Amino acid sequence: MTESSNDPLIIAGIEYGSRLLVGTGKYKDMDETRAAIQASGAEIITIAIRRTNIGQNPGEPNILDVLPPDKYTILPNTAGCYTAKDAVRTCMLARELLDGHQLCKLEVLGDEKTLYPDMPATMEAAETLIKDGFKVMVYMNDDPILAKRLAEMGCVAVMPLAAPIGSGLGVRNPHNIRFIVEEATVPILVDAGVGTASDAAVAMELGVDGVLMNTAIAAAGKPVLMAAAMNKAVRAGREAWLAGRMPKKAYASASSPETGLID
Amino acid sequence: MLDVIVNGESRILAGSVTVKELIQDMDLQGKRIAIEINGEIVPASQHSRVQISDGDHIEIVGAIGGG
Repeated sequence: MTESSNDPLIIAGIEYGSRLLVGTGKYKDMDETRAAIQASGAEIITIAIRRTNIGQNPGEPNILDVLPPDKYTILPNTAGCYTAKDAVRTCMLARELLDGHQLCKLEVLGDEKTLYPDMPATMEAAETLIKDGFKVMVYMNDDPILAKRLAEMGCVAVMPLAAPIGSGLGVRNPHNIRFIVEEATVPILVDAGVGTASDAAVAMELGVDGVLMNTAIAAAGKPVLMAAAMNKAVRAGREAWLAGRMPKKAYASASSPETGLID
Repeated sequence: MLDVIVNGESRILAGSVTVKELIQDMDLQGKRIAIEINGEIVPASQHSRVQISDGDHIEIVGAIGGG
């Protein structure tokens, strides 16, 4: 029994045992997708909404058959949307597709090179979606003031990036993530930019409530093994945060008693 | 004959059809999809009632893997 065994992540009133959220893109095939998601221990998984003639082999099962909504909390995203209007439209389609499901991951992109969010458009879309009853988990840059505004607007989770989407650079600005955590009134999840297990642990040790990732697992040499590593890293990082790290010191401090030494 | 656009591609429909019939025609029955006609979502409960009109822009979307 560890302290973190009764430490659920609560999003929009629902409790989750895992603080790792994963995307389902970029895998080799559906078998690898299923195995990696299972190894990650994630309970919330993101999906994308696309035209039915895009990105699917006719014979291949649908992602929702492989990862069924009665087993996972499906988080439809607005990836690829560059305007508030497109993002809202995508969420509406997702809600129809998922029988009235209200949880969505909002991202409105501003630039193809960085995939940084267009924050004015993101806020516009968030406002429309919240008014329409959506429970919005919002992707944003690591700006503490905007994080506060989005929480005040009624977003159910605020998700600052660690680094650009798919870059694997790890947490680029730990100070800002910490500022965001300090002022948080809703769950804060680091979304995007994690590259390897230590990056996920670093994010969790900053006190964020969870981490959302896709490429770090899918683009690893062995995705299923990396998924297992991320599962542990997020748990380890959470436990370290709850435990509270020792103070850093410039000089050594002996770990063994300095008395009773043999002559 | 109806000339419509489905997912960005032109498609000729033989005659008056409902959304449900179009879905069957495209072998998409029973799949998890969402339909939009001219920018408005047509809820699943309406598929057998709503008729497709000449010139309609129809979007049929599904879920795929994504981050």
